[in-house]
Amino acid sequence: METVTITMKNQPALYLEADNVAPDKFAGKTAPQIAELHVYEGNTTSTLGKYFEVAGNAGATAADTRIVVKGDVKKVKYLGMKMSAGELVVEGSTDLYAGAWMSGGTMLVKGNVEAFAATGMKGGELIIEGNAGNYLGSAYRGDWRGVSGGKILVKGNAGSDVGQYMLGGEIVINGNADVHVMTHAEGGKVTIKGNAKSKLGGQLVDGTIIVFGTIDVMMPGFKFVDNVELEVDGTKAKFAHFIGDTGERHKKRKGQLIYGNLYKKI
Amino acid sequence: MAEYIIKNGHVFDPLQGIKGDKADVAIKDGKIVKDNQVSSKAKTIDAKGKTVMAGAIEIHAHIAGPKVNIGRIYRPEDKLFTYTPKKGNIRMAGGTSIPTTFKTGYEYAKMGYTTAMEAAMPPLFSRHVHEEIRDTPIIDEGAFPVFGNNWFVMEYLKNNEIENTSAYCAWLLRATKGYAIKLVNPGGTEAWAWGLNCLSVNDPVPYFDITPAEIIKGLIEANEYLGLPHSIHIHPNNLGNPGNYTTTLDTLKLAEGYKAKNKFGRDQVMHLTHTQFHSYGGDNWANFESKSKEIMDYVNKTKNITIDTGNVTLDETTTMTADGPFEHHLTELNHLKWANVDVELETAAGVVPYIYSPDIKVCAIQWAIGLELALMAKDASRCFITTDHPNAGPFTRYPRVIKWLMSAKAREAQIKAFKNSDKVIAATHIAGMDREISLYELAQMTRAGPAKSLGLASMCGGLKPGMDADVVVYDFSPDKPVANPDQIEAAFSRAAHVFKSGVEVVTNGEVVNNGNKRTIWVNAKVKENPQVMRDIQEKFLKYYSVSQANYEALGHHFIPNPYAIEVDASQ
Ligand SMILES: [Zn+2]
Repeated sequence: METVTITMKNQPALYLEADNVAPDKFAGKTAPQIAELHVYEGNTTSTLGKYFEVAGNAGATAADTRIVVKGDVKKVKYLGMKMSAGELVVEGSTDLYAGAWMSGGTMLVKGNVEAFAATGMKGGELIIEGNAGNYLGSAYRGDWRGVSGGKILVKGNAGSDVGQYMLGGEIVINGNADVHVMTHAEGGKVTIKGNAKSKLGGQLVDGTIIVFGTIDVMMPGFKFVDNVELEVDGTKAKFAHFIGDTGERHKKRKGQLIYGNLYKKI
Repeated sequence: MAEYIIKNGHVFDPLQGIKGDKADVAIKDGKIVKDNQVSSKAKTIDAKGKTVMAGAIEIHAHIAGPKVNIGRIYRPEDKLFTYTPKKGNIRMAGGTSIPTTFKTGYEYAKMGYTTAMEAAMPPLFSRHVHEEIRDTPIIDEGAFPVFGNNWFVMEYLKNNEIENTSAYCAWLLRATKGYAIKLVNPGGTEAWAWGLNCLSVNDPVPYFDITPAEIIKGLIEANEYLGLPHSIHIHPNNLGNPGNYTTTLDTLKLAEGYKAKNKFGRDQVMHLTHTQFHSYGGDNWANFESKSKEIMDYVNKTKNITIDTGNVTLDETTTMTADGPFEHHLTELNHLKWANVDVELETAAGVVPYIYSPDIKVCAIQWAIGLELALMAKDASRCFITTDHPNAGPFTRYPRVIKWLMSAKAREAQIKAFKNSDKVIAATHIAGMDREISLYELAQMTRAGPAKSLGLASMCGGLKPGMDADVVVYDFSPDKPVANPDQIEAAFSRAAHVFKSGVEVVTNGEVVNNGNKRTIWVNAKVKENPQVMRDIQEKFLKYYSVSQANYEALGHHFIPNPYAIEVDASQ
């Protein structure tokens, strides 16, 4: 595997849209060729090399390419967008749409991410060592077809609207989550190791929410079923099992209505 | 203005009966002229081995106004990854089934369309419609205000007051700068405000105590009383339901006995739109089947009607119509997001996204029906190609529809690709049809035919000297056999040259000039009618949320480049 290191040298005045910073786009290119890839600053099209020092050549394919992003990239959007293989490491914090529409490979952000990280994700793995903003692992604005695969791990806290319209895949939040979790999801799983606030599983059609800590306010559309023992991430514990959202339409399997599931540790 | 001479192309012009003969087309001062009337300075366009036609005419599309914009606002996902940045005098543009106004103009022009009709203008929001038309470059446009659920119309027609209905229609066309009388689910949309619908032409409209049949016949009479360039343009009752073809036939039969009265050369008294959505058999989605033959048997023998197809293109799209109850029905079926608006005394509208999947039997049958209608048409100059954009598919798919119509091989490949191919074949006629639409017939279906139906035949849709110089050159040779049907789609997607009123607006498939876009509307004069004027005043005071003075679409802001067609019904 070949490593390309890009280091911020000239901070943009506006926010920078860097949708080319992904192993797929770098693959097969030399450092000078990578520096020529486009970025957008406002309505101006420019090159990656204007803002970043580029060192190292990429591998022949995305899978053979590792990208390390150094320096302050808090004003850079779309890092890792649509990546399908390889690795991307962001040493600091980054802005909107980190790892959006990724379908494979691994992306690691050592700091925080802003909103819309892993929007429309189909596969691969996104690890955020800090906190995530709002709409982590959600559908693109307006779309009803959200995250369908892949794994997201947030070691800190997540903002509101985690997993909106989720269809598959998994999100684990080691810390707390803000309001709205898996709104209108039809599949997938969100685990919150810390506390949750309110509006979990609003309009949930199918899918699973697991909460280890407290829930401030339960949705009225969720119905208690029973207490169950579950093993989550190697931890065995007892959980109260709810189904819902009973106010939403549900599919039938073998004549039985299929509900979404919410488990709260007791 | 620049002069041009387009040399040695194969010209297809049904207006003059030219069927692919090699001929030159000359352009001077925005008009077509005889080829000896241009000077030696005329720029020569070599069209050898290429197809030359008049600019195409869109007779029915939803491309401007509030419901289109609701689609744009509530479907950001329709724009995702589609934007192209500004380039020279070409603006940033994007969107797929509900493109921006700029993209709408550019895409029509690239395909060789030079005139388009917005098919449903809510009169109360005509200002919004005209602002969007203004911002749609290149193509000339008109808009059809909707009348079929209008309180004035229903009240006058209940008492069979044709003269008053006509005076009101003339006033509304002038106030909204409208082009024609449009009906959408006549009576049914108003009924829906009462939680009901009109699924047959005889279902009474609650409170107004009138039937769709009476509204339709009354508006035919008003239309011919005024002598408007276009006939009534109707989206009939019972859209989209299995078994609805009988309602469609009942609607068409209402035109029996009426004769067109106008100075524009129009022969029909009724245009029935997106006929595909109205040609369904069966009584549920399981036994849903094509009734295209029953519809076309009637259309073929009935000279005073024209239709358009409403071809399903097998895409993800956005449905939008003034048929409020239908859109509610649709969201109940597909569970996708629904927007709905009631427009005071006039109409309503709904918007729902829809995915016409080739894996779903019903969608594949709809695809077949749309093509069957065109392939069964005995008179290609009375059957026009549309997708009811964006309802059955985006207008940008016209080249693909043309491919399916011109190539039995392309249709066969699509039929084979359907998941439920056998069931689709059993429920339709498409598999047995070997007709291939010729370039001449294509010119009838997209140029001469719609021009005549709209009453614009002296202005556009043909290449006769004196007409507007709307001319298209396609990189498509009628002499050579088509090895791969995709060549048809490619050629009609990106015209080699497009001239709009004598200005070259597209070269090699790219927009090069924003043209001089006009808004076409109809100024109908009637005898002074104090009663109707008093009624209008009274309704504005009593019911409307705006004053009459704030209602009209007037002046340079809304219609910077108007083209008024004058009609005099005052004698
Ligand atoms: Zn329509």
